[in-house]
Amino acid sequence: MSRQYLIRRLLIAIPSLLGISIVLFTVLALAPGDPFGELASNPAIPPEVAASLRAKFGLDDPVWIRYMHWLVAMVHGDWGFSFASRINVDTLILQRLPTTLIVIGAAQILAIIVALPVGVLAGTRPYSIFDQVANTLAFIGFSLPTFFTGLLLILIFSVRLDWLPMVYRADLGSTGWTWFVAEIKQSIMPVAVLGLFQGASLVRYVRSAVLDVVRLDYVTTARSKGIGERKVITRHVVRTALIPVVTLVALQMPVVFGGAIVTEQIFRVPGIGSLLISAMLSNDTPVVMAVTFVFACLVVLFNLIADILYGWLDPRIAYR
Amino acid sequence: MASAVVLLAIVLAVVLGPLVWRVPINEIDFAAQLAGPSWAHPLGTDDLGQDILARLLYGGRISIAVGLCAMLVAAVVGVLVGAIAGMSRGSVDAALMWLADLFLSLPQLPLLLLIIYLFRGALTSVFGSQGGIFVMVVAVIGGLRWMQVARLVRAQILSIREKEFIEAARALGASKVRQVVRHILPNAMGPVIVAGTIDVAAAIIAESTLSFLGLGFPPDIPTWGRVLFDAKDTLDVAPHWALFSGAAIFLTVLSINFIGDGLRDALDPRRVL
Amino acid sequence: MTDTLLDIRELKTWFATDDGMVRAVDGVDLKIGRGETVGVVGESGCGKTVTARSVLKLIDMPPGRFEGGQILWQGRDLLPLGAAEMDKIRAREIAIIFQEPMTSLNPVYTVGAQIAEVLREHEKLTRRQAIDRAAEMLSLVNIPNAKARVHDYPHQFSGGMRQRVMIALALSCRPKLLIADEPTTALDVTIQAQILELMQEMKERFGMAIMLITHAMGVVAETCQRVVVMYAGKVVEEAPAVALFGNPRHPYTQGLIRSIPRVDRAAEHKERLEAIQGTVPSLLNPPPGCRFAQRCRFASDVCRQAMPPLKQVGPGHFVRCVL
Repeated sequence: MSRQYLIRRLLIAIPSLLGISIVLFTVLALAPGDPFGELASNPAIPPEVAASLRAKFGLDDPVWIRYMHWLVAMVHGDWGFSFASRINVDTLILQRLPTTLIVIGAAQILAIIVALPVGVLAGTRPYSIFDQVANTLAFIGFSLPTFFTGLLLILIFSVRLDWLPMVYRADLGSTGWTWFVAEIKQSIMPVAVLGLFQGASLVRYVRSAVLDVVRLDYVTTARSKGIGERKVITRHVVRTALIPVVTLVALQMPVVFGGAIVTEQIFRVPGIGSLLISAMLSNDTPVVMAVTFVFACLVVLFNLIADILYGWLDPRIAYR
Repeated sequence: MASAVVLLAIVLAVVLGPLVWRVPINEIDFAAQLAGPSWAHPLGTDDLGQDILARLLYGGRISIAVGLCAMLVAAVVGVLVGAIAGMSRGSVDAALMWLADLFLSLPQLPLLLLIIYLFRGALTSVFGSQGGIFVMVVAVIGGLRWMQVARLVRAQILSIREKEFIEAARALGASKVRQVVRHILPNAMGPVIVAGTIDVAAAIIAESTLSFLGLGFPPDIPTWGRVLFDAKDTLDVAPHWALFSGAAIFLTVLSINFIGDGLRDALDPRRVL
Repeated sequence: MTDTLLDIRELKTWFATDDGMVRAVDGVDLKIGRGETVGVVGESGCGKTVTARSVLKLIDMPPGRFEGGQILWQGRDLLPLGAAEMDKIRAREIAIIFQEPMTSLNPVYTVGAQIAEVLREHEKLTRRQAIDRAAEMLSLVNIPNAKARVHDYPHQFSGGMRQRVMIALALSCRPKLLIADEPTTALDVTIQAQILELMQEMKERFGMAIMLITHAMGVVAETCQRVVVMYAGKVVEEAPAVALFGNPRHPYTQGLIRSIPRVDRAAEHKERLEAIQGTVPSLLNPPPGCRFAQRCRFASDVCRQAMPPLKQVGPGHFVRCVL
């Protein structure tokens, strides 16, 4: 992969980030009334904070200047003050972000571990019993909304079997090995809900990509080399089938973040998703805006990672 | 096929059900609080002793109506954008497709939540609490799902517009709009129907998610997601409450997805892409 | 032909379809001796490609199925062999190149890596040694600047160059038989000649036998010692090249030869090129008699009743015709 390709992808990410920020700002600007109006009426807010916020957002300037101010503030991480938590929004989000990233990351890994072999097996044996079972399960998997799967898991593993804790606790009050075990136990369900949902659609992507690749001439060439079916599948089929899968996974990222919000809410995982919901329920506008902005940045970031992966997986792209 | 039967049964149940099952959705009966299924309440009751079957039948109407209306919004916007992009080419086309790509990479749920958070007050004052939420949920869900349809319509137009019968129509002096409406759109219908079907399922999930997070319809309108939201805190004592409402969403979405898949095979959108 | 490498006997490769069994290869006999170049000709769908792929067992099963026959490689039947045994034959003993050089190489690996892969599978080589050998092979097939180009990807090569890479890949383990399945069909005419020349050169260098599958009679005339003509899943004529072109016996062969454009004759005699009338019969339920009978001008009732046997009409010259 060439350096130019990397730089080009980075440059392409900027307009999409700007585009998303314009959409966000438009929503904010179109919102009826003054979104910070309650600053004045809320006695809990020190008047000097309210004044500085109003000045920062320059609510009487022309639209594009307000946008510029807003963007600069957002990019600087200057996100204001949380009314509900009484700390700066950037501190609050930085506290919560790692949890979200860990849950999403673990779920992605789980999804890949489950979906890749299943999808490949199903794709190399199309219309076999295994394929049909896998396909049906995948269909059920992504038709099950995350909030329902979450409740089902709680019902089975917490209420009935009492194996796993119902909600996630940030402060476990233990150390060392017991802390680690408790941490794993309380992470199983959130990660499983998100991972299996993502895995279900991944199975179908992998399967159809494998089906497309298996028929290609170079797979026959690989078979004629006498390297064994296993190597033919792993080196030649899976390796190329991953290319379209990466794109589809990137397109799925916004859905994954949506799932993360729901999952965090169900299991009370203290990430930015549950922060968003609680901020909305308590009318904490700066937090709402900042979290939405962070989610937008994460989507762009993951798209960028997918682009780079794509260029690394497909040598034809990097040279174009 | 089985999925079509299931879906038909669900739709008939929510349309006709409330006419047959005449238990009111908000009859509070503390004597029958959180009761399991019985003859009086086939699906049990909730924490206020309200009949769950009646609530689900009523809520299903709203959930399915939201799904259908949001799909229509998405389809109309998508066809318009796709048709304009496909017919105009050049910079307009590029700009619209860039917009579609941008919308595809928006974090949908956070944005959905944000819009509802910011606009809820204004809309409820115009349309009333029930109507306001309905209009907003439909508009926002539909407004965030038009991209797929737009791409399909545009691809179809690009592939068909050079074909002979369009040349012929152009030679006969048919206007651009007329070409699109009379000749191109009917050809693009197959893939659009498939995308639309899947959009219905996605919109139902989106609405349920909003209600489940407590940010969708108010408690007196028992959409499926809202019922599930209310039920989640009593999982240990009244699991039937959550199970029945969740199952309603799941079965509907599953059968719609299966139908979409069947339609995809039958209509084969590959010939377009 | 004292030293037989490959001896295909009564091979039947059938395919299960929704409409029934398609008898793509229906009782084919074919022998290839050491160092011999044998042409297999016939129009599309006559079973020549399926025969070639059957030898290396590269047929997808299902839907494909071996219904009968034997494929003897140096006296050993390949059909009952397991996958592991078969992999020892592939590339090391029998190699194959395909029609489409544009799609026969994996786009995500360098050509060097793809040649090295087969070398490391069959010979104990380090990665470095394998890449060096790959570069040697590339320069052997006349790819300029081979040392640098090992590290290039297939899309950086032209079609003709990719076919050279395929030949280098196929020959890297010094196979005794190279199956070339329409190796020049997808290439420009000038490149076709170069590739055929290269194959000839490689044959002289390595002394392997070649099974050249093609529908171009001209290619066969230039390169092959012996020719097998296939029609609708059957061998209809087999002869030394000279005998076949000098004295074709089967009406189908005669038709094929008359359909070759000849610059020298056409000008003098103002002959018309002849096309063979009609189309290949369905292989789903082939008629009992000679499969060419429907299109044959000489066909009689005898031809339609039973399949004529292969009979000898000259030294090494066999024909499946009652005439």
